[in-house]
Amino acid sequence: MGNKQTIFTAQQLDAYQDCTYFTRKEILRLFYRYRDLAPQLVPLDYTSHPDVKLPYELIGSMPELKDNPFRQRIAEVFSEDGEGNMTLDDFLDMFSVLSEMAPRDLKAYYAFKIYDFNNDDFICKSDLEKTLNKLTRNELTEDEVRMVCEKVIDEADLDNDGRLSLEDFQHMIVRAPDFLSTFHIRI
Amino acid sequence: MSEGEMAQLMEEVEEKKKLIAIIRNKPWRMKRRLVLLREAQQFVDKFEGALGKGKGRKWYAYKVMMTKKWIKFQRDFENFRTACIPWERKIKEVESHFGSSVASYFIFLRWMYGMNLVLFGFTFGLVVIPEVLMGLPYGSIPRKTVPRPEQPTAQDYSVLMDFNGYCKYSVLFYGYYNDQRTIGLLKFRLPLSYLMVGIGTFGYSLMVVIRTMAKNADVGGGDGEEGEFTFAWKMFTSWDYLIGNAETADNKYASITTSFKESIVDEQENQKDENIHLRRFLRVLANFLITCSLGGSGYLIYFVVKRSQEFATRDDLSWYEKNELEIIMSLLGLVCPPLFETIAELEDYHPRIALKWQLGRIFALFLGNLYTFLFALFDEVNTKLLEEEGIKNASIWALKEYYANYSMMMNDSEATPPPMDPSDVIRGPCWETAVGIEFVKLTVSDIQVTYLTILIGDFARAVIVRFLNYCWCWDLEAGFPSYGEFDISGNVLGLVFNQGMIWMGAFFAPGLVGINVLRLLSSMYYQCWAVMATNVPHERVFKASKSNNFYMGLLLLILFLSLLPVVYTIMTLPPSFDCGPFSGKTKMFDVIMETIDLDLPAFMGTLFSYAANPGLIIPAVLLMVLAIYYLNSVSEAYQNSNMELKKKMQMARDEEKNRRNNTDSTNQVMKDLEDLLPNRSLAPPAPPEPEKKPEPEAKPTKTKPGAAGKGVNLQKDVALATPNPNARGPVRQPPGPRGPGPGPGPGQGRGRGRGPPPR
Repeated sequence: MGNKQTIFTAQQLDAYQDCTYFTRKEILRLFYRYRDLAPQLVPLDYTSHPDVKLPYELIGSMPELKDNPFRQRIAEVFSEDGEGNMTLDDFLDMFSVLSEMAPRDLKAYYAFKIYDFNNDDFICKSDLEKTLNKLTRNELTEDEVRMVCEKVIDEADLDNDGRLSLEDFQHMIVRAPDFLSTFHIRI
Repeated sequence: MSEGEMAQLMEEVEEKKKLIAIIRNKPWRMKRRLVLLREAQQFVDKFEGALGKGKGRKWYAYKVMMTKKWIKFQRDFENFRTACIPWERKIKEVESHFGSSVASYFIFLRWMYGMNLVLFGFTFGLVVIPEVLMGLPYGSIPRKTVPRPEQPTAQDYSVLMDFNGYCKYSVLFYGYYNDQRTIGLLKFRLPLSYLMVGIGTFGYSLMVVIRTMAKNADVGGGDGEEGEFTFAWKMFTSWDYLIGNAETADNKYASITTSFKESIVDEQENQKDENIHLRRFLRVLANFLITCSLGGSGYLIYFVVKRSQEFATRDDLSWYEKNELEIIMSLLGLVCPPLFETIAELEDYHPRIALKWQLGRIFALFLGNLYTFLFALFDEVNTKLLEEEGIKNASIWALKEYYANYSMMMNDSEATPPPMDPSDVIRGPCWETAVGIEFVKLTVSDIQVTYLTILIGDFARAVIVRFLNYCWCWDLEAGFPSYGEFDISGNVLGLVFNQGMIWMGAFFAPGLVGINVLRLLSSMYYQCWAVMATNVPHERVFKASKSNNFYMGLLLLILFLSLLPVVYTIMTLPPSFDCGPFSGKTKMFDVIMETIDLDLPAFMGTLFSYAANPGLIIPAVLLMVLAIYYLNSVSEAYQNSNMELKKKMQMARDEEKNRRNNTDSTNQVMKDLEDLLPNRSLAPPAPPEPEKKPEPEAKPTKTKPGAAGKGVNLQKDVALATPNPNARGPVRQPPGPRGPGPGPGPGQGRGRGRGPPPR
């Protein structure tokens, strides 16, 4: 493939290829997608590692994410500052983890982080309630919500502390037959 | 540097290399990864050179350089391969509108296209092209010429549509190929190549299907028990991240909500058993009706094939009579599945189980139809073989007459007469070409029916619903008929069976694979357009878990079933005496014998004859059977130990819960005391501090049913998991064996689609 691009040095591209599941062409395509969100902010020359962050609003308006109820959490988990403002590195990282080639364990780790709304390294009942309400757009009654959350904790909580730790979550999710196919964004 | 240091350094370098290989799997921030990657690479570069000192230095440096080049080559190849995958944008569009289940059909279609393209490459490159380039041209020998009686009509459109006339005597069919042992300057052995390609088609398909199945089996997620994590999976895996369209998202929200509500209801009530006798009777009745219709369709096909044999003798046929067989088969494939679905309403099964029954019945229908068709075809072949005897004699006789006439006319019995004009030679019935024509006609009519169905069933329906809605009494869009939903299972089964027919017919009609490639290509564009323009996303999304391997398994089964007739013909039926690459031989595989005798060195011949000795083959087969038995018992043993471990884990959980209950309920008084004491010296140093607090609060609500306290629905008897252990009995049944609650995925949607060779 032609080496005519001037956005990255060859070492940068190789490093990105080693650190993500993308090929060279896909990385360049992702760069252009990133740039299209805010052409005036993103320079065309990344050889000097410029420090450019795109605000969450732009990321959340991408067609792949705009209909996702968890887009805010996704952006927060993958951004460096935890607020959802993403650099190009974060952007590549996000789509690499969510791509088809990422292994189950890696996805489970990030899924856990996404569903942990209060960032305390445990999925507690309030996290579950928030997840459920986002999924059903508040259509379930309070009792139903409570019941479902209790059932979930009962099913998945192995060390019996009333909340899901990373191990509990991973143990549960790696057995799910649909996990890999639903936790996947194609870009 | 000493040996020890050298070894240690080598180990470190290996470790760094390993890190570089798996760094993308680590859950770190990208920045950290990049930094660590750079460090590791610098370390490896610096010390790899140093390690090369001493003996074998040049070789070591050479090895390192070759590894680097190899990695670079692999990476470039990977890049190239990904760039070659077609239709990525299209599939993404379908995915974002319809979700992953519908898109998995298109991914499957793309995979089939790839496989067929490779088969086409083999057939075309190794059979068709050599014959066209190096073989005799059209019109030179009898098998390549249209016979004199047929010549006036050979160019007619209707004749060509039936694949007679010029079509029949072309490279598309078996009969065109010459049986010359070697052709052209390169001494290309066409008959051998024909046979090898025929067998190689099956071998390659088998390899590719099994490889994909193995890859998919890993994805399946293993052995999650039914209903073990119902709610947890529903919560964390029901949202499809591929959705990129507002309407689909709305549908998804609605379906998730419905699904949760259903599961909640299932949790709360046990399904009362209605009249079980009535249910059983209805099920038996339904099965009886369906068996009747299966039998009826099989008989209908047999009857129609017999009629088509009669028609073959007549000349004045209407279009319907000529294509009756194909039309009937395609219509059956169209009408019976909805019929089965309606009858299945009697059975009243859970949707996922009902879907399995439905798929099984459609499979039986197609299989029955195909094999009835094949048996009828075999009857025809046998008739033709008998005919051949008569014709062989007749043609020898005609040749003698021709020579006699010629010498009579020329009055010179010494001159050699020129060979008879090829179109005048009496031709045998050539049953292989006839079989090939049947398969090609079947495939073509299948294509036509599929495309017409989409046009009428989906497109016309959508147009009518959209435009007639303005002047109709009820809302066409919301009620009947509304827009169609994409029928995933019907389409996938159609694709699988079509491939089965291609596999069966490819040996007798090398052009069939090319027709199939064109068909898949156009299907991709046509169906993508149709689904985006005329279908709506499914209302209830059912995902049959592991269904991707189900379809692969079906494909494998069809592969074996298509293999059987072809192998039978190669092994037992005698080839026609005057057409095809095997003409004149007693059996088709004699070509291989001939090659071994004439072309390979002598010792290989003796080697093969030893290998074919029954005394060697039987022990080999026995050994394989024993190996299968051994592997089977090993796998059973592993399964058992798995179950034991699971049970142990479950018991440990129960014990933990018990212990906790007992400690809590007996030490409640102590706990109250502890709360009063400042240093909490009596408190067990348990981490779950926040949990202790709700318990004393919830205690008073224990006796008040239906209290709005810390949420437990105490009105019903069902035991739910709460942090309040006192609301239920001391031993709780773990959520293992649950009733007929809908699992993480009953139904019609597909799981993952992206298996296969292109990646």
